[in-house]
Amino acid sequence: MAIKNNKFVLEFEKPVVELENKIAEMREYAMSTGLELEDDIKRLEKKAKQLRKEIYSNLTRWQRVQLARHPLRPYTLDYINKMCQYFEELHGDRRFADDPAIVAGLAKLDQYSVVIVGQQKGRDTKDKLYRNFGMPNPEGYRKALRVMELGAKFGKPIITLIDTPGAYPGIGAEERGQAEAIAYNLYAMSHMPVPIINVIIGEGASGGALGIGVGDRILMMENTWYSVISPEGCAAILWRDAAAAPTAAEAMKVTAEDLQKLDIIDEVIPEPEGGAHHNPDEAIATVKKVILKHLEELMQIPPQELVEQRIKKYEKMGAWTE
Amino acid sequence: MDWFKRKKETLKPTDKKEIPDGLWIKCENCGEIIYKKELEKKYYVCPKCDYHFRIGYDIYVSILFDEGTFEEFNQNIKSTDPLNFKDSKKYSDKYKATVKKTGINEAVITGVGRIEKHQVVMALMDFRFLGGSMGSVVGEKISRAIDKAMELKCPLIILSSSGGARMHEGILSLMQLAKTSAKLARLSQQGLPYISLLTNPTTGGTTASYAMLGDVHIAEPGALIGFAGPRVIKQTIGQDLPPGFQRSEFVQEHGFIDVIVHRHELKQRIAGILDFFAHKNNSRAESA
Repeated sequence: MAIKNNKFVLEFEKPVVELENKIAEMREYAMSTGLELEDDIKRLEKKAKQLRKEIYSNLTRWQRVQLARHPLRPYTLDYINKMCQYFEELHGDRRFADDPAIVAGLAKLDQYSVVIVGQQKGRDTKDKLYRNFGMPNPEGYRKALRVMELGAKFGKPIITLIDTPGAYPGIGAEERGQAEAIAYNLYAMSHMPVPIINVIIGEGASGGALGIGVGDRILMMENTWYSVISPEGCAAILWRDAAAAPTAAEAMKVTAEDLQKLDIIDEVIPEPEGGAHHNPDEAIATVKKVILKHLEELMQIPPQELVEQRIKKYEKMGAWTE
Repeated sequence: MDWFKRKKETLKPTDKKEIPDGLWIKCENCGEIIYKKELEKKYYVCPKCDYHFRIGYDIYVSILFDEGTFEEFNQNIKSTDPLNFKDSKKYSDKYKATVKKTGINEAVITGVGRIEKHQVVMALMDFRFLGGSMGSVVGEKISRAIDKAMELKCPLIILSSSGGARMHEGILSLMQLAKTSAKLARLSQQGLPYISLLTNPTTGGTTASYAMLGDVHIAEPGALIGFAGPRVIKQTIGQDLPPGFQRSEFVQEHGFIDVIVHRHELKQRIAGILDFFAHKNNSRAESA
């Protein structure tokens, strides 16, 4: 086990990382000096295992939000590259521009040819700026629509991977109709006659997420969040203090577990211990397996019935009494 | 040298634009003092500067519908506070207090009536109720209004007056965007017209769903219409916003509003559009 860089360690993970680093140090020491430390190391490893279990099985909502935003977490293109045998990215909305905050294209997912769209975040500063931090402009939503319509036209199922801190709030975005672009996607996705599977793989911030998030199955990874506004945004408005974000995350009930209880999502996809970034290959393989399972089910349903069921699914959403 | 000083524009309050009691009312835009009775007669439009005051659903009903024809339905659908939400106050308490204070049950009122004899189903949002925010009840009432329009085979009008989705219901509020949009797609497939009427303000999730999905988009002059609020945009880009940004005229210039209609002409212009959709062109076979 290599010593971990503390740069990307979250506050609540520190005790476990410190212990893991200590074990790694002891191993190195034992190797270089030839001292017999195996018993001590075993004891510490047992302790570390227990500590990991304690910390990661009792995550607060805010801690999950932090995991969803973890800089080492796999992003959309990581999923596409690992899951698909073939991917041809298609660029541009044929109206205005190509938005790098959304990737879209043709893919092979085992035996299925599908179209995939998803928000893409960047890793380093340059890449982050290029991807606009995963915050799409209207042309991004229109590109997504174009490629999804292409899927619908040729009977290809649609997979959307959702990971965005929100639709971009800028002057140009407003001028080019951010609201209209999102609204029209909801409208169009509601009756596309092919299976649509939405997977929240990171952040699901409001309309920016929903703009590619209407479908027959809504799946969420274990350490992701999805809500009507970001915890910071909610805190700034209702608590008049963005620092109240952890409280807002609790109040809004933003996690996968919450959304399953509220009957919004269909399945929670488990992640490796500590979050998807602890073992990206395993996380991506699990996501793929779950997508394929749902795809197989949905492929059995005739297109008209599929649309009918989808509209009924959304009709039921909400809580009211009369 | 006082005359040399730049005249600073007075700060305009953006919240709490309810019409205060009293005989005289000051225009929020030009400062004109207006006799309340006169303002009422002018449908709450400033006689001097044409500023459109924010008004409640009941006044719109009286402006738009043929007298006594509007019948509300589904008025008893209420929120259940599904998240048990609490900030400084409990959402359930705030909700009850709002019902009591405003005398209305939710941020949207739905019903059926006649506009120049045309039967229409209409949903009217009301900003007085928690900023016209869209939660489960708003979504459900609009969804049922769409069903009603399909049942009666008549046009639908939705008047928006809303700051966006209701945070207190979290993800459930967000899903109302998808729900209402899906239902509008169904209405459209039935060939029934839908007019979206955008008033001050129409922002956030309301704009990103039904407000932007009309066959015809009508806005009142000077209404704030957009996705993100001006404050958020200003914070994000760290610059001042251009004058008139996100107002009806700006949004029309950029191609998202069909017509801007003065409140005094609203009924007549809507009736004209309803006439257009109701009119049947004789097919050649029939006229031959």
